[in-house]
Amino acid sequence: MRKYLAGAALGTVLAMTPYGLALADTPKDTLVMAFAIDDIISLDPGEAFEISTGEYTGNTYDRLVAFDIKDVSKLRGTLAESWTVSDDALTYTFKMRKGVKFASGNPVTAEDAAFSLQRAVILNKSPAFILTQFGLTPDNVKDKVKAVDADTLVFQVDKPYAPSFVLNCLTATVASVVDKVEVMKHEKNGDFGNEWLKTNYAGTGAYALRQWKPGESLSLVANENYWGEKPKLKRVLIRQVKESASQQLLLEKGDVDIARNLEADQLKTAKTNANLHLVSAPKGTVWYVGLNQKNQYLQKPEVRKALKYLVDYDGIANVIMAGRATKHQTFLPNGFLGASNDTPYALDVAKAKDLLKQAGLENGFKATIDTRNVTMTTQIAQSLQSTFAQAGVQLEIIPGDGKQVLTKYRARNHDITMFQWGADYQDPHTNAETFASNPDNSDEGKVKTLAWRNAWDIPDLTKITAANLMERDSAKRAAVYQDLQKTILENSPFIIMFQETEVAVARKNVKNLVLGPSFDTNLYAGVSKD
Amino acid sequence: MSKTDVIGSAAPQGLRGWLSTDTPHSRFQARMGRLWFGWLTFRRNRLAMLGLSIVLLLCAVALFAPLLAPYNPVQGVLNDRLQAGSAAHWFGTDNMGRDILSRLVYGARYTLLVVVLVAVTAAPIGLLVGTVAGYFGGWVDTVLMRVTDIFLAFPKLILALAFVAALGPGLENAVLAIALTSWPPYARLARAETLTVRTADYIAAARLQGLSHPRLIVGHIMPMCTSSLIVRVTLDMAGIILTAAGLGFLGLGAQPPLPEWGAMISEGRQFLLNQWWVATVPGLAIFIVSLGFNLLGDGLRDVLDPRAGGNG
Amino acid sequence: MTGRAEQGGPETVRPSRSGARQASPGRIRLKRAGMMALRTLGSLAVTFLGLLIITFLIGRVLPIDPVLAAVGDRAPADVYDRVYHEMGLHLPLYQQFFDYVMRVFQGDFGTSVLTSRPVLDDIVRVFPATLELATIATILGVLLGVPMGVLAAVHRGRWPDHCVRVLGLFGYSLPVFWLGLVGLLLFYMKLDWVGGPGRLDAAMEDFFEPVTGLILVDALLQGDMEVFRNAVSHITLPAALLAYFSLAYIARMTRSFMLEQLAQEYVLTARVKGVSEARVIWRHALGNVMVPLITVIALSYAHLLEGSVLTETVFAWPGLGSYITSSLLNADMNAVLGGTIIVGGVFIGINLLSDLLYRLFDPRARR
Repeated sequence: MRKYLAGAALGTVLAMTPYGLALADTPKDTLVMAFAIDDIISLDPGEAFEISTGEYTGNTYDRLVAFDIKDVSKLRGTLAESWTVSDDALTYTFKMRKGVKFASGNPVTAEDAAFSLQRAVILNKSPAFILTQFGLTPDNVKDKVKAVDADTLVFQVDKPYAPSFVLNCLTATVASVVDKVEVMKHEKNGDFGNEWLKTNYAGTGAYALRQWKPGESLSLVANENYWGEKPKLKRVLIRQVKESASQQLLLEKGDVDIARNLEADQLKTAKTNANLHLVSAPKGTVWYVGLNQKNQYLQKPEVRKALKYLVDYDGIANVIMAGRATKHQTFLPNGFLGASNDTPYALDVAKAKDLLKQAGLENGFKATIDTRNVTMTTQIAQSLQSTFAQAGVQLEIIPGDGKQVLTKYRARNHDITMFQWGADYQDPHTNAETFASNPDNSDEGKVKTLAWRNAWDIPDLTKITAANLMERDSAKRAAVYQDLQKTILENSPFIIMFQETEVAVARKNVKNLVLGPSFDTNLYAGVSKD
Repeated sequence: MSKTDVIGSAAPQGLRGWLSTDTPHSRFQARMGRLWFGWLTFRRNRLAMLGLSIVLLLCAVALFAPLLAPYNPVQGVLNDRLQAGSAAHWFGTDNMGRDILSRLVYGARYTLLVVVLVAVTAAPIGLLVGTVAGYFGGWVDTVLMRVTDIFLAFPKLILALAFVAALGPGLENAVLAIALTSWPPYARLARAETLTVRTADYIAAARLQGLSHPRLIVGHIMPMCTSSLIVRVTLDMAGIILTAAGLGFLGLGAQPPLPEWGAMISEGRQFLLNQWWVATVPGLAIFIVSLGFNLLGDGLRDVLDPRAGGNG
Repeated sequence: MTGRAEQGGPETVRPSRSGARQASPGRIRLKRAGMMALRTLGSLAVTFLGLLIITFLIGRVLPIDPVLAAVGDRAPADVYDRVYHEMGLHLPLYQQFFDYVMRVFQGDFGTSVLTSRPVLDDIVRVFPATLELATIATILGVLLGVPMGVLAAVHRGRWPDHCVRVLGLFGYSLPVFWLGLVGLLLFYMKLDWVGGPGRLDAAMEDFFEPVTGLILVDALLQGDMEVFRNAVSHITLPAALLAYFSLAYIARMTRSFMLEQLAQEYVLTARVKGVSEARVIWRHALGNVMVPLITVIALSYAHLLEGSVLTETVFAWPGLGSYITSSLLNADMNAVLGGTIIVGGVFIGINLLSDLLYRLFDPRARR
């Protein structure tokens, strides 16, 4: 039994001895990030459609064209050196940049670009609609998108869309150029290497994938063959940390260089810490409250309007979101073509009561609000609950996990819900389509736009939205979007409240982290460490 | 017999004498007497008394919450958010500017509610399943015990999580989910107890008198299992509180803005580094109340279940 | 299982005891053992099937659309419909279930939607993290809990007993996620005694090539002491935390088993015979409670192996608990089912093992 006691003693010692001495700062040539990346389900750019995967593909792949992250309306060639649009606006011809190599060492040709687009259309995964909306189908894509020679790619669309729209769509992740030779080496049962590319890499970006351990980490290494300016740091290591309190500890301790998911109040503390600095950028994401028009109260126009006066926009933006969002009430985020900055609504209980009275609801009514059970949304919901109550509208908060709330929303079983909407690509149509069009309002409706989800039947707006896609004059196109925004602001069952600001907190020695306007323009290539 | 009669007849020796007599006149008196002796034993255990006082205090706080709480627990003043403890707010304020003490006081109600509801749902289910399985034996036993095993082999919190997700959020559903996951140990316990008594002579005698199975189980078997079950349930109450808090922590328990303690920790954890009290105060509250139930259960076991550590 | 442990396991012990009493010929014994094995196997199969059925039903009643996790919110209708069919969701439930079970029998647990990898690969990756944590926690829990329980029993009613009791009850009463956060704040942030969240420092983790997935073992095998030290510094806090909870349970049970033994006649006899007190306590009494104690330890080990979602969340520990939870909340049913099979299997396996040890170590069976 003496052994037992000795063991016990050893155990105590083991539990008590400080091992902290072994801890050091992060390596000089490596960027270490704490980031909630558990939304990654596939690394194949033809399939990837999540926030984290957007950031991944943005750093590891290139598209033919890209927008300027300082001015979203300006496009520049990346893998394509130049492009022309035919007069009938049906044919786009891209000249490929010369001397570009994939990370594998294979040269980048027009054939790779054509293959990548064909592949995305034929695979027909979630983001494929960004390409198929131009009339591309698995059957015709090989004719419509093809390499006429090693340097020239021809891309044909079915209708004379606004060229800005087409090109903006080609900046999306789904249009990333993949290494045909490498991918086809791993093809299985005609899957265009999808199974393989889900967890592997075949691109041209500044960084290349080293490994992805789901639920654990994602690591990248500098691409030796990168055609642009070589990245400063050799490695980027993204550690999956869900808990924001844990992220904060890791950052303050210097075990990570950057924390990506700190909450508003943690940001406030970080601001006062001399060892840290904040990097932020407005994103193309808006926060809105959706009012289901199947609800007998919410379908009244006066009620919709009244509720818009019952949100403490400034209080939420300044106190709860504190730096993570700005007040924004139109459906187009700042920076998008035609975006309007109107903010006519503010908390005005008297006006709201008045409107409710007009609707015959001076005693208010009861409704439920579904929200995701994360800290910030729960807090916003509680703020709504208290301001709504001031006009007699009793809100019951139903928190749920993300997918659960979404399932209910997509089945149109909610009263009120609060969600974010992020732009799918850098063109106003992505938001106009969802907020201002609803081709079939029946329960069987296949196009589940946000208007459909809230059962808002708008045949006229739907037509305007579709027609505006063909407007080749940018100024006119912008004007129509301005009008649409005004209508939505006035009548819609959407209380659009904020535009999101992404904030990353970095150690002082981390320089030049770039957060762009979209999630695939958060770039690591320029980052250096002192 | 009426209670006053009995007390009246025992008046010369007083209530204490009536309770401590070694020649009880009625079954009721005998039972009360046994409880009295149990209480005497229990009272000697200082830790158990501490536990009892904590639990009683919890009940009192829950009962008189509106009188005790200085502020509205769900309505805060956003400008006063995240204040440290002061004369105005003893435990400070949370991220919505609500008084933490008031939330704590009202939260006692939900904690108590969860504990009581789970106890009154899970324990009877377990008792019924266990006694029926033990009493009938054979295939009934096999089937019921298999089901029990299946539920036991399931990871508890995950099962609760699945139930909550399926039923929707809310305190009642959390209670139901926890109850559904916590009955199997009671069933096993009740079955084991039943096995030891089912062949006893008095059961056989009762059966010969023509008592039906249900009456036998309810009238003669279940009472034999209750004391160990009570002990077990009391000891489990801390676990129930912690599971409920865990669900709250994962955002699937009470609906905001209810001041459920687990949810309070969950909301406060992002302030841990700078406003430590927001998460720490409810954490301590959970700890103290759980400790109370544990101390109480420990003491009760010494009294009711001498096998497991009475005065040996 | 706890019930059985506390009741001394009448149903498991009985056969061996009667076997010894009747001194029946070996053949009958063998036959009986065979029957026992068959019955055990049968009930195992039933338990597993039950587990699967319940998990399947949970998947059906969950108000979460399983296709969403696979295609996301923005997928157009045709993509959604295709994936819905690919996942076999249009089939009747019993057929989905049957297909699943058939595939499992062929060793195919399906592919996880969330990780795009075979569920089996995922489990091979996440389970070692849980295993490592649970094993160290249990070892610590036993090394400290058993002596504490014995001490408490021997000094019943005096201060060591009270200390152990209160310490144990503390362990039962603390919310683990809260203690974890406070522990990190104190020991990692302020005192710098331990490593932070995660199994290794981020930079180190990327270079480390696991073999078994148990980082401590792998580091030793590869002779990499730097990694080993780092892994120890990271595992210390979560393991100590979990160890505390299992210690509380083990000490409590040890105490009550020991009290029972110390009240037995043979203890008195031994004392009268002049056997040293230490020998009486540590050898005779503790020797006799070994059997139920093993069950208790096994039980607490099995619980830890389920993976603790809360601990794993706080410590960014990529274990089984968070794997099953996140799969569940995404209705990624292949992963949930796979995880449940593993958890159920571990639970049942450990119980079987403890039954076996019961028979091996039970002095009545040995005689």
